[in-house]
Amino acid sequence: METSSNPSVFLLTVNGQIEGANFPDYDSLYCKYCYVYGHDWAPTTGLEEGITQITSKSTQSHRLIWNFPLEITFKSTNPSGWPQLVVSVYGPDVFGNDVVRGYGATHIPFTPGQHTRTIPMFVPEPTWRLQKFTGWLLGRRPEYTDPKVVAQGEGREVTRVRSQGFVTVSFHIMTKDMKKMGYDAGPSSPSAVQSEAQSYVK
Amino acid sequence: MERMAASSEIREKLRNKRRALQDTLVKNKNEDDIQALVPSARFNVDQQPTAMKEAEGSDEDPGETLRRTFRAQRQRRKKKLLEQSFVQECHDAEDAEEVPNARRHSANEGSADRADDSVVSTRPPTGSQRALSVRSEDSSSSQHLDTYVTRHLQEKLRAARSKGESLQQQEASEVSAEPVSRLQRLKNRDTVTRFDREAEPISAGRQDDPLALRSRVKFREAGRRVVKDLPTAEEAFNFFTFNYEPEPPSQQEGVSRKRQKRRERVKKDKGEDSQEEAEVEEDAEAEEDNQDQNEYQSEDAPLVRNEDDLFAIDHSPQDFVEMRKAEYVAYRKRVQRDRELLFTPSFRTVPTSVKLPENMKPRFLEDEGLYVGERPPVSLTNENILENRILKMAEGNKWFGDDGKVIALPDPIKESSTRPPLFHMEGDLDPALQTVYRKALKSKYANLYIAGAADPEGDYQLDVDVSGLIFSHHPLFSREHVLASRLAQLYDQHLSRQHNNLTGHLTDKLNGLRNALQNMMKIHGEQGSSEALRQRISEYSLEVRNTRQLRDTEQEKDRTLLRSVIKVWKEIKALREFQKFTNTPFKLYLRRENVDRASDERDYEGEILAEVLELEAESEGEYQKKLAEYKKQLEDWKLWRRKQKAKRKKKKKKKKGLAQEDTEEEDQDQDESESEGPFEEGPAKPQPPERPDVDSMEQWVREKASRIRRKPGEAILIPELSASGSITASELCPRAEIARREDVSRRSLFIKILYNDKEVSRTDSRSLSADFRVHFGQIFNLKIINCPHSINLQVFEEVGSSCSLLAQVFVPVPDPSVVTGSAPIEEFEFSSNQRVMFDHEGVGSDVPLSFESDGSNRLTLLTSGKLSCCVSWGIGEEGVPLAPPVSQQPGGTHSGRWHLDAVSYIGASGLYDMKKIGEWATQSRLDPNDPKNTSIMQLLKVASSGEVTAPDYFRLEHLQEEFNFVTDEELERSRRFRLLRLRNQEAPEFRNYKFVPLLEREVSDKVFQDYEKRLKDGEIIDTREHLDPHRALVAKYLQKIRESVINRFILAKHFYQLSDLVTEEEIPSIGILGINLFKLAESKRPLKPQRKERKKVTAQNLSDGDIKLLINVIRAHNIPIRKPLGNKPGQSSQSALQGSDWYLSQVQVRPFVEVSFQRTVLQTTTADGPNPSWNEELQLPFSAPNGDYSTSSLQSVKDEVFINIFDEVLYETGPGGKERGTSIHTQIEKHWLGSVKIPFSTVYSQSKIDGAFKVNTPAVLLGYSREHGGSSSVYDQWRSTHGGTFLRLFLTIEPQLVPGESVREKIKEAEFDSQEDERLLQAAEKFEKEAAQGFPDRPCITTVTDLSGKTVFITRYVRPLNPPQEFLDAFPNNPQEATTLVARFVSLIPSLPDQVSFSGTCDLWSTCDQFLTLLAGDEEEHAVLLCNYFLFLGKRAWLVIGTAIPEGTTVYVLTHEQSGYFIWNPSSGQFYNKDDSFCPLQTVGCLVNADNVWYNVQENPSPLNTNFDITKSNMWKPFFSRSFSHPGLSSVQPEELVYRPIDRAAAAELQDRVEKILKEKIMEWRPRHPTRWNRYCNTTLKQFLPKLEQSRGQDVAEGHRLELQNLLGDYRIAGFPLHLPFSEIRPIIEAVHSTGVHNIHSANVEFALAVYVHPYPNNVLSVWVYLASLVRT
Repeated sequence: METSSNPSVFLLTVNGQIEGANFPDYDSLYCKYCYVYGHDWAPTTGLEEGITQITSKSTQSHRLIWNFPLEITFKSTNPSGWPQLVVSVYGPDVFGNDVVRGYGATHIPFTPGQHTRTIPMFVPEPTWRLQKFTGWLLGRRPEYTDPKVVAQGEGREVTRVRSQGFVTVSFHIMTKDMKKMGYDAGPSSPSAVQSEAQSYVK
Repeated sequence: MERMAASSEIREKLRNKRRALQDTLVKNKNEDDIQALVPSARFNVDQQPTAMKEAEGSDEDPGETLRRTFRAQRQRRKKKLLEQSFVQECHDAEDAEEVPNARRHSANEGSADRADDSVVSTRPPTGSQRALSVRSEDSSSSQHLDTYVTRHLQEKLRAARSKGESLQQQEASEVSAEPVSRLQRLKNRDTVTRFDREAEPISAGRQDDPLALRSRVKFREAGRRVVKDLPTAEEAFNFFTFNYEPEPPSQQEGVSRKRQKRRERVKKDKGEDSQEEAEVEEDAEAEEDNQDQNEYQSEDAPLVRNEDDLFAIDHSPQDFVEMRKAEYVAYRKRVQRDRELLFTPSFRTVPTSVKLPENMKPRFLEDEGLYVGERPPVSLTNENILENRILKMAEGNKWFGDDGKVIALPDPIKESSTRPPLFHMEGDLDPALQTVYRKALKSKYANLYIAGAADPEGDYQLDVDVSGLIFSHHPLFSREHVLASRLAQLYDQHLSRQHNNLTGHLTDKLNGLRNALQNMMKIHGEQGSSEALRQRISEYSLEVRNTRQLRDTEQEKDRTLLRSVIKVWKEIKALREFQKFTNTPFKLYLRRENVDRASDERDYEGEILAEVLELEAESEGEYQKKLAEYKKQLEDWKLWRRKQKAKRKKKKKKKKGLAQEDTEEEDQDQDESESEGPFEEGPAKPQPPERPDVDSMEQWVREKASRIRRKPGEAILIPELSASGSITASELCPRAEIARREDVSRRSLFIKILYNDKEVSRTDSRSLSADFRVHFGQIFNLKIINCPHSINLQVFEEVGSSCSLLAQVFVPVPDPSVVTGSAPIEEFEFSSNQRVMFDHEGVGSDVPLSFESDGSNRLTLLTSGKLSCCVSWGIGEEGVPLAPPVSQQPGGTHSGRWHLDAVSYIGASGLYDMKKIGEWATQSRLDPNDPKNTSIMQLLKVASSGEVTAPDYFRLEHLQEEFNFVTDEELERSRRFRLLRLRNQEAPEFRNYKFVPLLEREVSDKVFQDYEKRLKDGEIIDTREHLDPHRALVAKYLQKIRESVINRFILAKHFYQLSDLVTEEEIPSIGILGINLFKLAESKRPLKPQRKERKKVTAQNLSDGDIKLLINVIRAHNIPIRKPLGNKPGQSSQSALQGSDWYLSQVQVRPFVEVSFQRTVLQTTTADGPNPSWNEELQLPFSAPNGDYSTSSLQSVKDEVFINIFDEVLYETGPGGKERGTSIHTQIEKHWLGSVKIPFSTVYSQSKIDGAFKVNTPAVLLGYSREHGGSSSVYDQWRSTHGGTFLRLFLTIEPQLVPGESVREKIKEAEFDSQEDERLLQAAEKFEKEAAQGFPDRPCITTVTDLSGKTVFITRYVRPLNPPQEFLDAFPNNPQEATTLVARFVSLIPSLPDQVSFSGTCDLWSTCDQFLTLLAGDEEEHAVLLCNYFLFLGKRAWLVIGTAIPEGTTVYVLTHEQSGYFIWNPSSGQFYNKDDSFCPLQTVGCLVNADNVWYNVQENPSPLNTNFDITKSNMWKPFFSRSFSHPGLSSVQPEELVYRPIDRAAAAELQDRVEKILKEKIMEWRPRHPTRWNRYCNTTLKQFLPKLEQSRGQDVAEGHRLELQNLLGDYRIAGFPLHLPFSEIRPIIEAVHSTGVHNIHSANVEFALAVYVHPYPNNVLSVWVYLASLVRT
């Protein structure tokens, strides 16, 4: 985009997919995603929000596969407020009510190359046992007022959460002009990336 | 039969295979074929349980012994085998499949194909297999075993052979005599051959299954039959020789039969055969026992199923095929499969070599001197498991440190618990024992444990040895005791002096000095004086003098002491004689030591002489010095004198005087100087030194010598005190003395030992002896945990049962080096100031006492004494002192807190002192490698490195600097950084700043301009903007308050609650649950649908255009109608006469409503008549400032919705020239009739507003009137009381926004302080809560927030306050007038909703003086002020808190007068009767006056239906009642309000400026048209305005208009006066603009504008703007 030798912004392109999830107890889930980013960031192209299809587990595997593509490009002047991907997974409960099955967030990797992220998912816990029961009965579990709160620290201390499962997302990251701006995102040699991804998965 | 064919085919194949197998087996024995070995080995393992069972089953079997040996071996090897089999797991799958098949085949064909190798058959098969297996697994080790086994087996075989010839016969005929064993063998062989048997189709094997099964079945049946009738030998022979080839079932039969026979035979001959039998039995058992762990189970599984299939024999084969169940995965296999996935870490210790990289030796950092913290304790097993687990992982080695241990941080856990144990009190407590809350008090010593005291080794022991005490005074002392104790003291003193012998010391020194001095003098005399020598001489002489003086004082003291000893002794003697008894055993002997009189005298004289000489020398020296000084002074004086003389030339004595003085003696000089006047001081004339001095000196020296020294020749007296005297027995004493002695004997003493202010023990109580000594001699061993701070011994005296504290002795904590045994006993003095008096001989304490007969020379004695005790550290068993280490002694805190330690040791101020810190660091033996100490070590290094530039502060983060990549100044200078920081601080200008440029140079300074301007504005007040300096100040002040409040809100905003983050269902009550359940049953589409609340939208995901403001304009009442005059200029002369005719024929008014909001203007259609009905919905888009749709941003939207009513006027303008008649040109003009303003914040906070709004109409509308000709009288009456226009509106926001949560709640959460009593606040909260429960729609306010954010009880605001005196003076006789004037004054203070000024629904109540200073406030401030004025005027007035249109929750004022209750709208100054249905007040929530708050509990809250009699408790619930009485809250209002006088000049100036600005603005708004001002009209209008002000806009309209009409006959006039309270210029401009007068575009329009500003006290201004448009006709 910026062809001049003195760019004023740098670009971050994210290609990838929400590969799937591992929710041992639930089936027929779908996933919403959105990005949270700082003041100095703006998406230039691509979808900022999305919602996947509903997927079911196969009889063979216990994984839910979405393979839902992500594609977005950000421009920014400041690495602070680096974008985060926020995913929230929903699905029907025993009574068929659509309830939340998990929230999770991860920073978009900043090293160019391929990355895989496994995002641990969690849901807020009800305040009281009784609420847990009635929530279960009426299909109205506690939810975050805004899924984006999981991407920020402020106010999180008041909530209690329970872990639910994992969502796996793979990214292909491209950056432009980062180095020109004086930000070195580190080596992008595939082996390093690979090992990092590996260790992350572990 | 296909099946049969298939099976036979298979059989054929099998046979071939078997042959091959036999070859293999032979090889096996030769231990060559590994292929075969491994599986067989495995099989061996599998057979183990079999063997076990056999062992149990047939003990008597000789072969059993052999098996046992095997078993033992097998068990030993089991593990290895398992591993081997694990290696082979890939084969196992096949195995599992094949084994059953193989077995079935063998079962099927066992009898038919007995092509057995003789070698095999000669050995017992199992045995051979085992031997084989043993060999296979570990051939080398089991070689001997193998041979052993073989031997045994052969022996057995031999025995067996000899027994059974038939068996051999069978062998010869190639028919196996042992089918079962063969079976087994075949089985094994099959398995063995599996590698070369791939060709065999599995399906075929499967097909065979049923056959196999059936054969089994039959075998069994046969077996059962056997039991009944045994076959003969012949039968058996037939059986064995029969050819079964063609028909398998019969063959099966044969086999079974044969078996039976064999069995029978087997029973006969035990030995070899029983082994096989056991095998068979085992098989059967295995069938029953499914839990069998070996792989045979998979073979057995079909057997189990056999039982079921027994009943399915008749079914078709297909059925069987189908009946086959899903593969059962054997436990063992599952285990193996799991083994792939699961890993069970072993808990054995992992060898270090595995954990470290190859060829590395473990390194122990601690040994190398590096600091290694203590690792947290982990059990060894867990550690091993962890290590094993880690090692299993890839790159597991990285978890291990160089020492081969898992890397771990030091243990963060404190050694000892700091939390005291918690005891729960069970059951009810006695009320007397009820716990009382006390504020937590931090104990000084609670946490100061000695490190390591918790563990048993580190016990510290403090030994306190209390040996005894002696009273130097006690109340029970008799007089003699007093003297005796004094004597004893003096004697002690004497002894100690004698011991020290200071006098002798000093005398020696003096002599030495004198000698030295003489020597020096001698040298001086011989060699002449050198400067250094003289200096030394003078120093020596000075020293001599000092020493002499010291010696003299010491001698004097000695002398006095001796004298007083003798004197006291004499007194004692006198006293004893006088009282005739002796109380004390003291006796003083004076020993005389005679001296040689002559030498003594010589010494004495010599001493005196020497002293005199010295004194002379000294005085001489002194004199010389003085003389020199004198001369110098004289010189000075002369100099000065000369100058004086020179000045006084008039005095001719000059020369003579000078000459005289030069030559004259000092006396004359003196005289001269004296005569010269008082301004010159004469130098002192030195005394003639020698003679008088020597005399007096010698005399003085002699005197002194006689005073302080023994006379020459006098014997030396040495006092000796002994306690050998006898005490008079009690019987001989007077009664008083007896009483005293008895008293003494009654007393006893004990000592309490307090350690760190806690009593740890006490001595036995010992009685006081007659000599007032107590001996305790007790040693207390204190085991201590807390480090010692104080050791206190309290002396208690016991009389009978009561005891009293006499004195306290504080004993210093001993040094750790002071240990028991070596520590001397010390004496500590104590005293008490208790006053004790006795009626017996006891002298008492603190009582004056005299030994003189005349009672003079009284002295007062206090109880005092000495306690001898010793505190030292105990010694342990091995002589180790049980003292804490030095480092912990001073601070004594936990070892982890070095900083604190340092502070407690050297004190906070000591931290600046490098030396002290260094001292402490060395003393406390800091570990320099402990990372906790790095800061201190660093500091010390800096300090000791010689650079004494150590900072004058204590660095806590000494490494910080290394991480600063730029200096702070540079960071400050960076514009980008500044921008980022400001944004982070949420400075209003940058709160939503996007895209902070990446590079410094791209940040322009312009960005900061606004911000800096605002900062600068903090000091500079822009008066231009405000037209009025005072208001500018106020605006500034308001801004400041706003900022501080906003800061609070920002704080509160970051204070999250769960409900802010998580939406959660409320806990449903049973009722709600019921309703919910009921809802499930209700019909989906009910006939009468209930109104549902709109869905509320949280403001987060909104953007521009999402929000719309809906305004439903329903209808209006009582719109002013046009006057004929204005409309028909041509008929102006007659129009007045036209009357009703005109009324009917003419259009009264064609009003329409125009709504403008955020620069969007929409209008309704035009309707007809004064009471039009539009019923139209207008949608106006709403955009939030900066696109920020957060709640706080929406709350601060200041925009207002302007709703204006216009009259659409059509004018037919004459068409130009020739077109006349063919076309009509009409011109539309709109005339402003009135407006309603609704702030957006009101709509936002209330989400919908519905009601009739009073239209703000001008007092005079030129060309319009409110007269409605021919209206009914009722209507007239109504109109007369409410001469207003009303507009019915419905406003809402679509979608409905969630109104921001009241920040007041948050403020409460954030615990902003309050000065109110806690109890009152609680009561207020309860009251409000109850009120909200009872009537949720009625507001109830008991506490409010004042400007400083503190919570204040509402009644404190109400207090009578004086209105401006002018108002009272204006209508002295008409209180009603004064009331309205006051109300008007209050209404003229501009309104400024808190919601706008303070974003967030926060009501801040300012006091009246603050309000008058700010000149801006909310409804509540107006109401409070009005109410207070009314109270001052003697009315009964209350604040009414309720809801009104359009304000929402607001405050009005209620007054009670004779004519009834009146409700005042304080912001408009209007008042309404209670029964007025058009009163804007809709509900009455509560009433407030200075004394109480009453909450409305009546059915209907509207003022119309409310009974305002607050005494009725069933209608009004008071806050303060009998149960909670008014605590006498003082008012927050000032005593009295002070007003600034009216400033007319300023008003006039303002008036001009406003007029000028408005004219400019109007011209600006008409950029394409010329704006002409009709000056004549201007002046006329200007004259009207003061009248309007006087009449307060009433009742002048008509005359006014007529007057104007007369003046401007030719003009069509449309105009009106606007009235506004003055706050700023902007609202005035807005108001003028909204009337749209400037929009008249006809060519010949002229405008008129007049402004009048009327000043009221305190700078309250009333602004009138008269606007008119004139069209010349």
